[in-house]
Amino acid sequence: MLAHRNGRLDSLTVRARVVDPGQGLDGPATVTVEDGVVTAVESAATAPDGLVLAPAFVDPHVHLRTPGREDEETIASGSEAAAAGGYCAIVAMPNTDPVVDTAAVLQSLVELAREEAVVPTGFTAAISKGQRGEELTEMAELAAAGAVAFTDDGRPVASAGLMRRALAYSAVADRPLALHCEEPTLSRGGQMHEGAVSAELGLTGWPSVAESVMVERDLALAAYEERPVHMQHLSARASVEAVRRARAAGVRVSAEASPHHLCATDELVRTLDANVKMNPPLRTEDDRLALVEGLLDGTIDCIATDHAPHARHEKDTPFEEAPFGVTGLETAFGALHTFLVCEGEVPLATLLERLSAGPARALGLPVPRIAFGEPANLVLLDLDAAWTVRADAFRSRSANSWLLGRTLVGAVVKTVAAGRVVFAA
Amino acid sequence: MSEPTRRHLLGVGDLTRADAERLLDTARALERSLDREVKKLPTLRGRLVVNLFYESSTRTLSSFELAAKRLSADTMVLRASGSSVDKGESLRDTALTLAAYDPDVIVIRHPHIGAPHLVAGATAAHVVNAGDGKHQHPTQALLDLFTIRESLGRLEGVTVAIVGDVLHSRVARSLVEALLLVGAEPVLVGPPTLLPRRIEALGCDVSHSIDALGDVEVVYVLRMQAERMESAYVPSLREYTALYGVTPERVRPGQVVMHPGPMNRGVEIDPRVADSGASLVTAQVRSGLVVRMAVLYDLLTAPGLRVAVPVMEVA
Repeated sequence: MLAHRNGRLDSLTVRARVVDPGQGLDGPATVTVEDGVVTAVESAATAPDGLVLAPAFVDPHVHLRTPGREDEETIASGSEAAAAGGYCAIVAMPNTDPVVDTAAVLQSLVELAREEAVVPTGFTAAISKGQRGEELTEMAELAAAGAVAFTDDGRPVASAGLMRRALAYSAVADRPLALHCEEPTLSRGGQMHEGAVSAELGLTGWPSVAESVMVERDLALAAYEERPVHMQHLSARASVEAVRRARAAGVRVSAEASPHHLCATDELVRTLDANVKMNPPLRTEDDRLALVEGLLDGTIDCIATDHAPHARHEKDTPFEEAPFGVTGLETAFGALHTFLVCEGEVPLATLLERLSAGPARALGLPVPRIAFGEPANLVLLDLDAAWTVRADAFRSRSANSWLLGRTLVGAVVKTVAAGRVVFAA
Repeated sequence: MSEPTRRHLLGVGDLTRADAERLLDTARALERSLDREVKKLPTLRGRLVVNLFYESSTRTLSSFELAAKRLSADTMVLRASGSSVDKGESLRDTALTLAAYDPDVIVIRHPHIGAPHLVAGATAAHVVNAGDGKHQHPTQALLDLFTIRESLGRLEGVTVAIVGDVLHSRVARSLVEALLLVGAEPVLVGPPTLLPRRIEALGCDVSHSIDALGDVEVVYVLRMQAERMESAYVPSLREYTALYGVTPERVRPGQVVMHPGPMNRGVEIDPRVADSGASLVTAQVRSGLVVRMAVLYDLLTAPGLRVAVPVMEVA
């Protein structure tokens, strides 16, 4: 389901603190890679200060803007950004122009990824034709062509009836549905979280309940149809609690949160900077803390950047005119390490698990492991490195980051994906 | 020569209480000039004030125009319709085009929040926000403070009920902030659907009953727009008027009534109230002129006074 361009398999030796939470590994060790395969993991007496070697990251949710907006991102530039962010696999959303709703479009993307993807790249296909929420796509054919999952991301499946059919039919394709939960009549016109800040600024509110009622609806339908669902970019406390209850009741549900929702709140919107405008919007500190609790107890098993590149001129406008979305691939680890690990909110091992094994399992992708015989999918991190986020330093074609000018602690030093060194700082 | 201090009036939040009071005092001084036979002052001769209006406006635009002219500044009006904005030019590009004329002040009205901030970041001119979306309209708030102070003789402790569609009103947001700034006591009155959730976080009181008018000195009536029925904010104008219309029966002797205009007579305000001795509506218009003169005067002649905000960075 993942495609990337061919290249020479690399050999390397790394001595660092090796952390692979899935295997209970956390200690100084030397890892040897020969021709792209891990051939030895030997414990060492010491490791260089601050250096951590972990399974590389998996992003279940990025926008590569191809086809249609190659000025904002291409498979080449987006996958280079992923490599720089420590990722060994990314999964692209289908809300392109045209929408990925036929096998022909999907196959052309897979071909393109074979030519230019620096890291293994997967593609999702739409749930409904044209993402119009009216008719189902040909899911079986799309799955055969390599669709990782089905999603109308960018907009919700408004009709409960269509969602029920999509859930039932997805059994034929044997792929999960990834759901953007937003009740459109409650969020209509919304520019930011509805609360004290929106009341003061006069921006139309996008209330938490517009997300959580849809999460509840879709969990009820998933339970009824006995199908797995993947909840995208959760932002509200009530949504996290709904997922926790549903999982306890036996629903097969995985859930994402984004670095920006885990690290920031709607207070940032006071700057009126269009780079803090995203969908779903940044919410309150209480919501943020609920997401962190969810991350800790596994209710939220994936961190997804929702990397959403936009052309500079489209964000360089008054807040209400700007499109939703921020980039995230190149800043995810730095932001999460700075705001969650350094602040003592989340242990490093938990963060690394939710960035790698969690998302891989949720979408049925190979789980990166640091073990003998495994393909090398590794990220080398320097936890002590401080760096400042600069618009001119991104590999991505777009620079609409909410972190511009901020100094982050924790940097990606090297990324190995599918046995190849794809990034070295 | 030292760097000139960059000063704008983007929102009431830019002002300290001392700034606001100084502006009101300046306005009062300027008001005396309006009674002279020759009403023009030479103060801003040779200065250029550009009025950049992306929304239709009668009183705000005419008031800024006249204020600038009374101070002998050159003025220029650019409207969105019939200009390059019609051809899809971005706000930043329009601002850069205007900047080529070296305007001293750009007065901007725009349907979207943050537009004045963007212009302030893109040009060297002083920027005055003449209304951005539902966000701020600081000169309206100042003229309302001026009107109240002239009428009641004070601002500290004055109780003001702001009645109606607060949700869609930049006038209400700016006024609440301004009233709190000078020690007055605002209460918002309206149906729950037209009061923003959590607005009380600003520090004002909230009531859903028109009876709250009984306790205040100033009744400030907001414009109610007919299209509010379409999104089910209220079931009908008829019911709105029945519950929240400011009628003679609901105004007690001694209260004054204000309205930012344009009025929907018979909807939010009864014509008998609008035309009564309690109405300060025409006083507000006159206040608008002198307060805007004061704002232009203050921005252009008193460098160093703090009416400054950090300009937002747009990457």
